[in-house]
Amino acid sequence: MLKKALIGAACLTAMTVAQAQAQQAYSDNKIKIGILTDLSGTYSDLAGKGTIIAAQMAIEDFGGKVNGVPVEIVSADHQNKADIASSIARKWYDTEQVDAIAELVTTAAAVAVREVSKEKGKIDLVSGAASTALTNAKCSPTGFHWTYDTAALANGTANAVVKNGGKSWYFLTADYAFGHDLQAQTERVVKANGGEIKGAVRHPFPNSDFSSFLLQAQSSGAQIIGLANAGADTINSIKQAKEFGITQGGQSLAGLLVFITDIHSLGLDTAQGMMMTTGYYWDMDDETRAWSKRWSAKMDGKMPSMVHAGTYSSVIHYLKGLAAAKTDDGMKVADQMRALPIKDASGFAKNGKIRADGRMVHDMYLAQVKKPAESKGPWDYYKITRTIPGDEAYQPLADSKCDLVKK
Amino acid sequence: MTHSPVSLAVQAPTVAASSKRQSLFVAVLLIVALAAPFAVYPVFLMKGLCFALFAAAFNLLLGYVGLLSFGHAMFFGWSAYITAHAAKEWGLTPELAILLGTLCAAGLGAVVGWLAIRRQGIYFAMITLALSQLMFFVALQAPFTHGEDGIQGVPRGHLFGLIDLNDTMNMYYFVLAIFLIGVFFLYRVVHSPFGQVLKAIRDNEPRAISLGYQVERYKLVAFVISAGLAGLAGSTKSLVFQLASLADVHWHASGEVVLMTLLGGVGTVLGPTAGAFLVVTIQNYFATAGSWVTIIQGIIFVICVLAFRAGIVGVFAPWLKKRGIDA
Amino acid sequence: MMTLFGIPTAALFGQLLLGLINGAFYAMLSLGLALIFGLLNIINFSHGAQYMMGAFVAWLALTYLGANYWVALVLAPVAVAAFGIVLERTMLSRLYKLDHLYGLLLTFGLALIIEGIFRQLYGISGMPYAVPKELAGGWNLGFMYLPIYRAWVVVASLVLCLGTWLLIEKTKLGAYLRAATENPALVQAFGINVPVMITLTYGFGVALAGIAGVLAAPIYSVNPLMGSNLIIVVFAVVVIGGMGSILGSVVTGFMLGMLEGLTKVIYPEAASTVIFMVMVVVLLIKPAGLFGKGA
Repeated sequence: MLKKALIGAACLTAMTVAQAQAQQAYSDNKIKIGILTDLSGTYSDLAGKGTIIAAQMAIEDFGGKVNGVPVEIVSADHQNKADIASSIARKWYDTEQVDAIAELVTTAAAVAVREVSKEKGKIDLVSGAASTALTNAKCSPTGFHWTYDTAALANGTANAVVKNGGKSWYFLTADYAFGHDLQAQTERVVKANGGEIKGAVRHPFPNSDFSSFLLQAQSSGAQIIGLANAGADTINSIKQAKEFGITQGGQSLAGLLVFITDIHSLGLDTAQGMMMTTGYYWDMDDETRAWSKRWSAKMDGKMPSMVHAGTYSSVIHYLKGLAAAKTDDGMKVADQMRALPIKDASGFAKNGKIRADGRMVHDMYLAQVKKPAESKGPWDYYKITRTIPGDEAYQPLADSKCDLVKK
Repeated sequence: MTHSPVSLAVQAPTVAASSKRQSLFVAVLLIVALAAPFAVYPVFLMKGLCFALFAAAFNLLLGYVGLLSFGHAMFFGWSAYITAHAAKEWGLTPELAILLGTLCAAGLGAVVGWLAIRRQGIYFAMITLALSQLMFFVALQAPFTHGEDGIQGVPRGHLFGLIDLNDTMNMYYFVLAIFLIGVFFLYRVVHSPFGQVLKAIRDNEPRAISLGYQVERYKLVAFVISAGLAGLAGSTKSLVFQLASLADVHWHASGEVVLMTLLGGVGTVLGPTAGAFLVVTIQNYFATAGSWVTIIQGIIFVICVLAFRAGIVGVFAPWLKKRGIDA
Repeated sequence: MMTLFGIPTAALFGQLLLGLINGAFYAMLSLGLALIFGLLNIINFSHGAQYMMGAFVAWLALTYLGANYWVALVLAPVAVAAFGIVLERTMLSRLYKLDHLYGLLLTFGLALIIEGIFRQLYGISGMPYAVPKELAGGWNLGFMYLPIYRAWVVVASLVLCLGTWLLIEKTKLGAYLRAATENPALVQAFGINVPVMITLTYGFGVALAGIAGVLAAPIYSVNPLMGSNLIIVVFAVVVIGGMGSILGSVVTGFMLGMLEGLTKVIYPEAASTVIFMVMVVVLLIKPAGLFGKGA
């Protein structure tokens, strides 16, 4: 009896000690992940609320706790503004013990948060933003770029369009870092394939009336009008190009960054035949279908964009890093994240690996939008025409201007 | 404000007692300001101080000259850009970068003021608003401002090459010093003979003209001082947040500074500061709640205009005055 | 390709035509502002928000009541005017004895509230509003493909502006209005109910903004922020034209829209600033504005 009680007490003590150690390792006994995204604006469909849902799913799938310490989510709307994003990030890190910030659509906002995270030694997991700056000049030892980037988009879409005969290009570019970067990356690919650049016009972000920019594009006489913009801006440009008879006039539009949510808004009638590059499609295999249906059930039947799946994948990998590092120290968690294999229930990140510059390299897909007759129903939109291996899709590490890359 | 005959009639304390109480009042405020960062999030306090100086500069025009500028964000925002660029690209020390931003804002103020004082009242407001929108578009398109991205990662640097401003407390006391210098300067301007002429113009412009004052010149000088100090506030803010962005040049910022001044009390010394801290608190509290900030600011605007035109400090001022304290 | 002064004519005429369409909106909005200013002596800062409300009424009517574009074209101005009249009676009318700047501040606050509420409810990505099928399609003009709807906007706006001008210059009601603008006390003494006239004028002015909003919905899509940047351009238009004449504000609106279009061809970078630059020049040469009376 006494012996039993003693053993019991010893066990209890051992457990308490273990728990206390685990808890001490994580400051304030809590892991807090901030989801900073566009909840009301141009990008709220392709990112927005769906990314919060995805992050919650990641935490649930991980069991809600890391080594016994509970994981929480906070979220906020950065309205696509750098200053708002930066001040929320600072407040979260300084006063609310947030350990990592994820999602971060809009390059301007992502770069602003990257500056703060780097200064504080905290983890950021960029999913929605596209600019390669995040893994070049703005790279950070605790910063990750997860889902896609402008280099991968250009290497995918522009390559395919030029090879199909679209040799002369004119750009309609969203006037901020993302648009400029996407245009530059695309120009590089077009020129490398023997194509020609006729010019470009920059439009304000966000914008609603594209008529005068489209007229400029039309009078350039280029075969291809490259849309270096995203979200509602892309949707409006495509619709208005139709209204002004530009597509009937023989010029074609190339959406350089198109999400499945954009295709859903445009409808297959308008979008059919378009080529695009994506990091994820829900209807690829059993794994992606199963995960997407779970997400869909929480999102009124919508299907996830690559940003939604990417956010899930990045958050769950961060949790794995936390568990392995046994601490919430940003540097140590980042080291573990680089070392661990990337595999999760969403089926995102096939052959994924994290490089020294923070780029998560994984397979990308070249897709073509189905004709209305080919589609079996809502959200059945893509034919995956080619899998682009990660090393071909992304910027080679040797070309990275990131100072963390040893040359 | 100086003692008007009205307040003298209300059992004014003796001058000596009054100035003693006044000193005590100022001393208490100073101690609060010095101790505040140990109790409150310092970045929030610094934001408040920057906007308080901005509002105080704006108040010089609205409260003491009777000119409603609806474009003051252009001075605030542009000086932020200049300072950020100077500190980041040219590697200027913080004090020089701020000085440069302030001077540029004053220069811009001279041009804008020269144009705008040709008209009065509502026209003056609309012209300043339109000119600030012009400067907004310039900021949107000029390459060095980096459009929507803004100038990010601005180094705070070392003050006089010695004091490391990356330390939050050092930065706080630096911002507090700038705020105090700015407000003290404004206080001196308002209580100088020059300030008396400004008030005379506000109360009755034709009379001031007939007394032989060159009204236009006085207005212009006041405008330049106001623009320069708004610039000082913007420059400082860009170092605090290490960021200069379009939000600070946008007309929303011009509207906010009007709101801060109106809420705190137009034409009082402490009003703009009180208003600024209140508005910044609201912004802070609702920061993650999307457009609720805009709605609440709009409601406060409407209430202030319809029922609360004296503002917070304006309401308390007579009570304090009776006790020999000039707010 | 044909060119004129080294500019392809297709691009030139195309941009001028688009400028004319933008000018139609400037004209309708500055006309309403000028009417309100004439009688109430306030600058209606919420004019942009009321324009946005017009577009939203159209979108809401379509989405929830199934009311088509033509119904909305009547419904929206009535709804916006009713809302405006309530504002005028409950709030603005308390400020007439104060400095006119308070009217500006009040309407600014109202604009923030209205915009904030719509943003909170509908986000800022904008709701698409389809072109009515009667006006769908377009004409190939040789130099450009002109959507019929855009041509309709120019015609409708011209008719509205001309109608308003006739109402004010040629009818008895307009005569009262002009008299009340000059000397409200005297008109009141003649037994005309000036306060009611003020209320109705405010309602009419914002109704114009409401109609403009419906006309804009299929072009710019329905967005809570659609009025907020436009209104500042319209302020500049008003400063340039001067508040003196109804016709002045209309003519200035159309002219500046076309000037903007022209700038898009010659030097696109300056397109967003050209109107403000014109304002600076006008202030230097003729501070009272092109059509203004006195200083």
